[in-house]
Amino acid sequence: MTANTMAGRPNKRRIRKGRVALHAFLITMSIVWLWPLAWAFLTALRPLSDTIKNGSWSWPTTLNLNNFINGFQQANLGYYYLNTLIVVVPAVLITLLIASLVAFALTRVRSRVNLFLLLMFTAGNLLPPQVIIVPVYYIFNWLQLPTAIADNGRLYDQYIGIILIHVVFQMGFCIFVLSNYMRTLPKELNEAALVDGASLFRTFRSIILPLCTPALAALGTLEFTFIYNDFFWALLLMKTGSKRPITSALNNLQGQFFTDQNVLAAVALMVAVPTIIVYIALQRHFIRGLTLGSTKG
Amino acid sequence: MPDPQVLSLAPAPAPTGAGVVVSGPPKKKRRYSILTRRDKIVLLIIVGIPVVLDIVFIWGPTVASILFSFTNWQGYGGITAQNVVGLQNYTFLFTQYTLFWPALSHNLLWLAFFVFIASPIGIFFAVLLDREIRGSRFYQNIFYFPVVLSLAVVGIIWELQYAPDGFIDSALGLTKQTNAIDWLGNPSLNIWAVLVAASWRHVGYIMVLYLAGLKSVDPTLREAAAIDGASDIQTFFRVIFPVMAPINVVIVVVTVIESLRAFDLAYIINQGTNGLELLSILITNNSISEASLVGRGSAIAVILLVISLVPITLYLTRVMRSTGE
Repeated sequence: MTANTMAGRPNKRRIRKGRVALHAFLITMSIVWLWPLAWAFLTALRPLSDTIKNGSWSWPTTLNLNNFINGFQQANLGYYYLNTLIVVVPAVLITLLIASLVAFALTRVRSRVNLFLLLMFTAGNLLPPQVIIVPVYYIFNWLQLPTAIADNGRLYDQYIGIILIHVVFQMGFCIFVLSNYMRTLPKELNEAALVDGASLFRTFRSIILPLCTPALAALGTLEFTFIYNDFFWALLLMKTGSKRPITSALNNLQGQFFTDQNVLAAVALMVAVPTIIVYIALQRHFIRGLTLGSTKG
Repeated sequence: MPDPQVLSLAPAPAPTGAGVVVSGPPKKKRRYSILTRRDKIVLLIIVGIPVVLDIVFIWGPTVASILFSFTNWQGYGGITAQNVVGLQNYTFLFTQYTLFWPALSHNLLWLAFFVFIASPIGIFFAVLLDREIRGSRFYQNIFYFPVVLSLAVVGIIWELQYAPDGFIDSALGLTKQTNAIDWLGNPSLNIWAVLVAASWRHVGYIMVLYLAGLKSVDPTLREAAAIDGASDIQTFFRVIFPVMAPINVVIVVVTVIESLRAFDLAYIINQGTNGLELLSILITNNSISEASLVGRGSAIAVILLVISLVPITLYLTRVMRSTGE
């Protein structure tokens, strides 16, 4: 007994020492991780004149929100937020709607067909978008649309084209996640609905869909962030700079504020605001969305 | 996805968004032959529309990229037999196109950096934070914060660090007037600077994925290892890492796909020139933005496709094994 406690003591001390080292390491890494963001924020709060006069590595003499206010007005950010809204909201809703319908239908299809379709959708989502961009660009220019849908009669340079490519590219992932999720629901639910004489659509709408709310919330949050953060598609498929969603617009805005890094920092941080809101308010869903794909349910 | 993202798990994100998915538990075969004729038609339409979209906008273009790569088509007029040039685009890339080898090597460097440095750091953070330590949640929140940011924003944030009068040079005591290092302007340094910025985001992504995997590890395995007197390091490499095999595959796939998709960061910094050439950027520059050499851009796209088929096949085999009968 005594021997035991004696032997236990140094061990305990070693563990405590290890803990201190662990926290010291984690705190250092946390500072390293936060630093670029803190620096961007600090830069955005300082007037350019202050940075030029004293160098960027100096104690700031003035801190104010002028760069944010000026940046917002000069860059016309409100307008670009609106462009993004026009793309993101329909894209996320349509993706989720299609994905949940397909996932539901696939649970009713013979398993071999089911597997083949799942592989097709998933593989499509894994391809680097650059592999298909050239033909997609030409298809977008070739396909004729009624001018009621697209004012230039094409998918190219149109919101509808950007929405479409997001839906097509993202649905594969959502179908896969939702079909796995639906497979974990008890089969008896479907059978009970059938016995009660519910139609296929009713079973979907009143029984399956409500049970998928957690998965839909997670996927919705994740897809919002993905599509909001898209730079590539809108850069190449939306020619008119003023019609681009905000993330792609950053490319031009960067040129506009070439001479004033402080305003550019403020603009970049403002562009990040919606995703920061996701980080703060919808963190649980976002993480669940990220991991839903990689682990079971 | 599509992160990874995918899908980078979803996939960067993927990010972008790639999404990588692991299937649920094995299911029993069950058929509902009670479906009415109308039900069957409804099902066909529901599944048919997305399948058509997938073929028209993803698989069709993939095949088209392959076909274009054997032509010298320039984007207008029809494609006739005279446009077919065989392997000419490929030989041009390999022997004369000065940007091709730098771009390919940058992509491979990106891949190696992510596989050997960024992802292992993410895994390391996950393993450290999986233990019951005070503030684990707090640290996790900090490390994963950059994951929600777009790569365009990440690029601008890091430009402020790397600028000749930015933080890094200032902290090193280098000034613009004397001997500042132009981290992003120096063609032999900038790819490394960009890789650090890209890793800032990638590490958190991998950490989140790995943490989720670690949570699902049977705790009795750890207890058994502890009783057998295994050290933490032994427990991880001999016990935890092997049972994490499914997640490890996901991590590899996400990491590879994310590196092949690299585009935004290099583009926002200098349009992918002067040391930041990447296959993805050469494709768009040759065929869309700067010239309309559809054949040449497509040949580069095919090379990117061939490389990405490796992780995609790896992933699909895994999906088949866990979903299949």
